[in-house]
Amino acid sequence: MEAVSELWRYRELFYFLAWRDVKVRYKQTALGVAWAVLQPLMTMVIFTLLFGTLGHMPSDGIPYPLFYFGALLPWTYFSATLSNSGNSLVVNANLLTKVYFPRVILPTSAAVSGLVDFAVGFILLLAIMAYYRIVPGWTLLLWPFLIVLLFALALGVSMILAALNVRYRDVKYTLPFLVQLWLFVTPVIYPISMIPERYRLFVALNPLSGVIDAFRASLVPAKQVDWQLLLMSSIVTLAIFTAAVVYFKKTERAFADII
Amino acid sequence: MPHSITVERVSKQYRLGEVDSDLLYERLIDWLKHPLHRHGTRKREAIWALKDVCLEVEQGEVLGIIGRNGAGKSTLLKVLSRITYPTSGSMKVNGRIAALLEVGTGFHGDLTGRENVFLNGSILGMTRKEITAKLDAIVSFAGVESFLDTPVKRYSSGMFLRLGFAVAAHLEPDVLVVDEVLAVGDAAFQKKCLNAMDEMRSGGRTVVFVSHNVAAVENLCSRAVWIDNGEVRLDGRPRDVIEAYMATNAEASRLAADLSRIQNRRGNGDARFTKLEFLNADAEPLKYLSSGDRVILRLHYEAVTHISRPDFEIGIYTDLGMLLTKFSTFTDYQITSISPGQGHLDLVIDCFSFLPGRYYLSLWLKIQGPTYFDVLEHCLQFDVESSDFYGSGKGISRYFGLVFLPCQWRLLHNPVESGLVEACPQP
Repeated sequence: MEAVSELWRYRELFYFLAWRDVKVRYKQTALGVAWAVLQPLMTMVIFTLLFGTLGHMPSDGIPYPLFYFGALLPWTYFSATLSNSGNSLVVNANLLTKVYFPRVILPTSAAVSGLVDFAVGFILLLAIMAYYRIVPGWTLLLWPFLIVLLFALALGVSMILAALNVRYRDVKYTLPFLVQLWLFVTPVIYPISMIPERYRLFVALNPLSGVIDAFRASLVPAKQVDWQLLLMSSIVTLAIFTAAVVYFKKTERAFADII
Repeated sequence: MPHSITVERVSKQYRLGEVDSDLLYERLIDWLKHPLHRHGTRKREAIWALKDVCLEVEQGEVLGIIGRNGAGKSTLLKVLSRITYPTSGSMKVNGRIAALLEVGTGFHGDLTGRENVFLNGSILGMTRKEITAKLDAIVSFAGVESFLDTPVKRYSSGMFLRLGFAVAAHLEPDVLVVDEVLAVGDAAFQKKCLNAMDEMRSGGRTVVFVSHNVAAVENLCSRAVWIDNGEVRLDGRPRDVIEAYMATNAEASRLAADLSRIQNRRGNGDARFTKLEFLNADAEPLKYLSSGDRVILRLHYEAVTHISRPDFEIGIYTDLGMLLTKFSTFTDYQITSISPGQGHLDLVIDCFSFLPGRYYLSLWLKIQGPTYFDVLEHCLQFDVESSDFYGSGKGISRYFGLVFLPCQWRLLHNPVESGLVEACPQP
């Protein structure tokens, strides 16, 4: 409880750090915030051509561009947060060793600043839906919940990585590889329906599967959200987040000494 | 009156050596071999940076912390500002604390001056409202009005520092913790900073100030603490503490010293000072030193390698640590090279113009650039005695200040009888 009230006292610093991350991200770039959209957009085009047009990947009846962009938007947020937030403590080592503030602000503000990119991408997503004349069903209302879930998952994993990173810089080198692997075990390129029924539970152990599948499914009224899978994902996410908070609290006292 | 800061038996342990990157790997292997054992951290050598430090600082006090390099001053500061946690003991601060361990903490090169003021201010604990209200004052203090919307990476280093300090100077914490930030910047700016600190003092804030500059501690602080080897060695009036601190660095007053056995030295050892002697005009050892004496300082050294353009430096300090003067072969006299082996060189001072009192001497042997062969800080303490320099039967008093300039008085107009008064004996 005390920790929460302390966080509240430091809310302005939290705001300024997130604001700095957003501000600095596209400084001195010609395209500016367009980069937030370009990355998932280009990936979507490539996936559509490669796996859709050439590979005839089943897409549960969703047009390929929407099928891919709907999953790439949350995926891009997740992978960007893992690397930004996972490196946040190490990158801000000079702050850690010079000023006191609740350490958890650093990974959290990095995760929050990524939401700006997500919001910009969401506008493009609506444009793609409009292009295909898809009227979203009530399931689009699921998005706020899904975003919270995605945020908690990304932040939870990042907090563990960030804390580990302080002691073992190996994390820095593992991160890109980890992100790459994670993409393949998550239904981004392929629909979850491609995985045989008897392995589904196994898939649910990767909490990102349920989240991304729900993001995608909630776009088109015709497709059903896999509630069971989403519930599993929520439980695993909650477990990861709790473990992350506990681990972070336990290790944060030594950050300034060993970073 | 409530204590602003209470430090109770605080100790801080650091493990020596690097945190090896294969530690995780080793631990994993250990765990795989014996999954049921408890595997603690591998034992490494530990040092105590702080040992049982107790300290109480009253509200409104300005406390100066002095001590040698590595004595634990900075660790204490970091514990006070909650950056690092004590291994044992407890610490309590009443009120809002701001720590200033660096100027411009968190400045981001890509952000403009204005944006950095907000960022840095919030990092130091100011609210957005406070910063907005003080923005104009901060900017004019730093003198960067016309560069406010320029990214700070385009700033000169001086502007960067000024902006950083300007933000800090407008903090209004109950307790301010400051590390040597005053060591940077030009003289005019340093004066501004000292004034700002003085204002904080008169504003009833508690200030804890760590510095090597004992003269600044003497001027600014109402109390001083001397930290030695992680422990509080002395706590009291700044003048008393500083005098005691300076006195232990050098042994009792001597006019000659064997320097070869001094342990507390820095430098790579390619060349070392071995002996220092004060000689009189006839090159005989000096028994005592008086104001106005003709003195030869003979420096003995031993070089391991051939060194070209060596820079021998001698610094003389007051007993409060203020540098009075420095002699350097680099500026005063060029030595082309010294060869391996032993040698000595003389510094001839025609008139030793310091008033009676206690002085300290430091020696440096280096070349231009960052290479130091030997550094002996405050390695010799010596007294200057009063002398009857002018042959008037009255000695020059220590209460006349620090230096004296040999002089003559001339009375050029006297209503009764005009004449010349000789004030100085002709040698």
